[in-house]
Amino acid sequence: MTERNTTTRNSRVENKRANGNAVKQAQPDVATARKSGGDAKELLISFYKEMVFIRNFELKASEMYQKARIGGYCHLNLGEEATVVGLMKAMHPDDYLFTTYREHGYALSKGSDPGKVMAELFGKADGISHGWGGSMHLFDKETHLMGGYGIVGGQIPPATGAALAISYKNKPSDQSPIVVCIMGDGTTNIGAFHESLNIAAVWKLPIVYVIVNNLLGMGTSVEMASGEPELYKRGASYRIQGIRIDGEDPLEVYNKSSEMFQIAREEYRPVIIEALSHRLKGHSVVDPAKYRSEDEVKEAEQHDPIPKVEQQLLDMGYITKADIDAIAAEAKKRVQDAVTFAEQSPNPDLDKLFSNVYATKINGDLHRLPGEPLFNEHSFDEATEKLK
Amino acid sequence: MTIKTYRQTLHDTLAEEMRRDQDILLIGEEIGHFEGSYKITSGLLAEFGPERVKDTPIAEEGFVGAAIGAAMLGLRPIVEIMTINFSLVAMDQIINHAAKIHAMFGGQATVPMVIRTPGGGGQQLGASHSQNIEVFYAHIPGLKVVCPATPADAKGLLKAAIKDNDPVLFLENLGLYGTKGEVPEEDYTLEIGKANVAKQGSDITIISYSKATTVALEVANELSKEQISVEVVDLRSLRPLDRHTIVKSVRKTSRAVVIEDDWLTYGIGAEIAATIQEGAFDYLDAPVRRVAAAEVPVPYSKPLELASLPDATTLSKVVHQVLDATAFTR
Repeated sequence: MTERNTTTRNSRVENKRANGNAVKQAQPDVATARKSGGDAKELLISFYKEMVFIRNFELKASEMYQKARIGGYCHLNLGEEATVVGLMKAMHPDDYLFTTYREHGYALSKGSDPGKVMAELFGKADGISHGWGGSMHLFDKETHLMGGYGIVGGQIPPATGAALAISYKNKPSDQSPIVVCIMGDGTTNIGAFHESLNIAAVWKLPIVYVIVNNLLGMGTSVEMASGEPELYKRGASYRIQGIRIDGEDPLEVYNKSSEMFQIAREEYRPVIIEALSHRLKGHSVVDPAKYRSEDEVKEAEQHDPIPKVEQQLLDMGYITKADIDAIAAEAKKRVQDAVTFAEQSPNPDLDKLFSNVYATKINGDLHRLPGEPLFNEHSFDEATEKLK
Repeated sequence: MTIKTYRQTLHDTLAEEMRRDQDILLIGEEIGHFEGSYKITSGLLAEFGPERVKDTPIAEEGFVGAAIGAAMLGLRPIVEIMTINFSLVAMDQIINHAAKIHAMFGGQATVPMVIRTPGGGGQQLGASHSQNIEVFYAHIPGLKVVCPATPADAKGLLKAAIKDNDPVLFLENLGLYGTKGEVPEEDYTLEIGKANVAKQGSDITIISYSKATTVALEVANELSKEQISVEVVDLRSLRPLDRHTIVKSVRKTSRAVVIEDDWLTYGIGAEIAATIQEGAFDYLDAPVRRVAAAEVPVPYSKPLELASLPDATTLSKVVHQVLDATAFTR
């Protein structure tokens, strides 16, 4: 069983390469980046720094979760850093991002303050969702992060509607905002995915559906769950163009995503990107991942994008060992600062318990703590007076 | 005042609001080219064009969710779900998303959308097309649920729902579309969360909402011929619920009957009865009674269907039972 799975996965990696090569290259890939020097160098170094930062943030989140400083569920982007950074850097600042519950890295890379993200994981008042969302529900109005969503596929219909709002207010152009909607591989089997793809196709919406394929749902492999395991093809029924890319190479993710984003921007039509990567750890911090063999885990580790980019940078002579140490130290410091900020932030004010249930003020009837009576005689008489 | 049907009032109010605010879009199945399954949106595609009157694929989860996202970016979508039965396939979007987004993201996002949808049995549509399941939505913090019983209220509450910054489920009823009433011509808005004493009375209070209010008023008028003075409280809104108006009325009349088209167990009437026992316990002369649908999937056969649904005769009988139990004298 295990052997067969491994074989399938290996053949899929080849498949991935074949598809990657089939895509026309409007922008430089790693090879051209090597030749072009300058910008590509800066780009790759900056991507590497951000990947290292996200890695450190996630490892710290794992540690804080195990110390019970973080509650609920905690899903990490470990192994997906290249995908996260490549995608986020290809977005324009005013593009809208809808993402999943595995979204710390996306929030950070889209520009959210790390202290506020960590404070949200800690459930504090300065959290990016003011302590209401937690790890799975990060939101940042400033950076157009329109939310991490805890329900698998729940983000896809609203993301599609956000693209409708864009198309209602704007015209296609290379400067138009678009929506980027992130999802996992397992999500492509839920109805909301298919309904939304169809709607985006018939309404011609500027949206990019990104399938982050890390080969596993929680423990269910793509092959076990998907009739068409080459997930970028699943838009074919709606005539939506899709590509599969190497999600472990940040420059490839950046270049090919930029290309696909441009199609959505300039033509107002949906497109699909499937980015392949390997999840390094369990589904969430508490998952020991017993459904994977040692070999599979080892294989996943070989796909870790961070040592790969590191080696690339060294090979190209872009950075030295000393630079790597400095980058790691800087990342650790920033993460530690985020933890300090989160620790110092107060708990949310209990008086605010009812503040965010409704945006339009309603009468006080629904502001009742557990065990409180429906009517307090004093307030009842007052209210009755007002009715007269 | 003009006399209009409930259907015409909804149509006119939608058109009026769309002329006022360019951010309003209509989204739903068959609302444009087909002009609406119940013709509420008749002619609106011609006036406002396909950019604002958006026919959708048959995909309730998809288009309700799309309305949520459009609302998050500042539009004010009005969704039509052909009947409330079909809202069940959109429940993840309505309950897990529309209702949660404002709170769950710390108040940073708002979802100013309206979901218009008719409930109601009595049309021989069989079990899957005859439900009154508004209580599912009335249970959920973050949603508002309004349920106009008259054309005038339909205008006032639709305008309020459209201007509201929260997701509002606007409950219509297949049996109300053809009913007529006086409708104010001016820009008329009702406050969401306030009940209406639809008829003043002193002997007993009937609490109702949506189409059941027309039954309550019919019974109240009949009983007045027997010198029984019935007060009718029409809820207008199920969430927020105006508990004060209910309790104030029952404190006055000392007797209460709820009529509701939904099923008895865990229905809207259960919440009303709990409200009355807590707010008017010392004033009550008899237990609160509920007249609700029989607990069966609504049957197709006309005699069976009629037997399963609450009606004026049953309500009148229960009112008499309550009065008799409390030695009521005229």
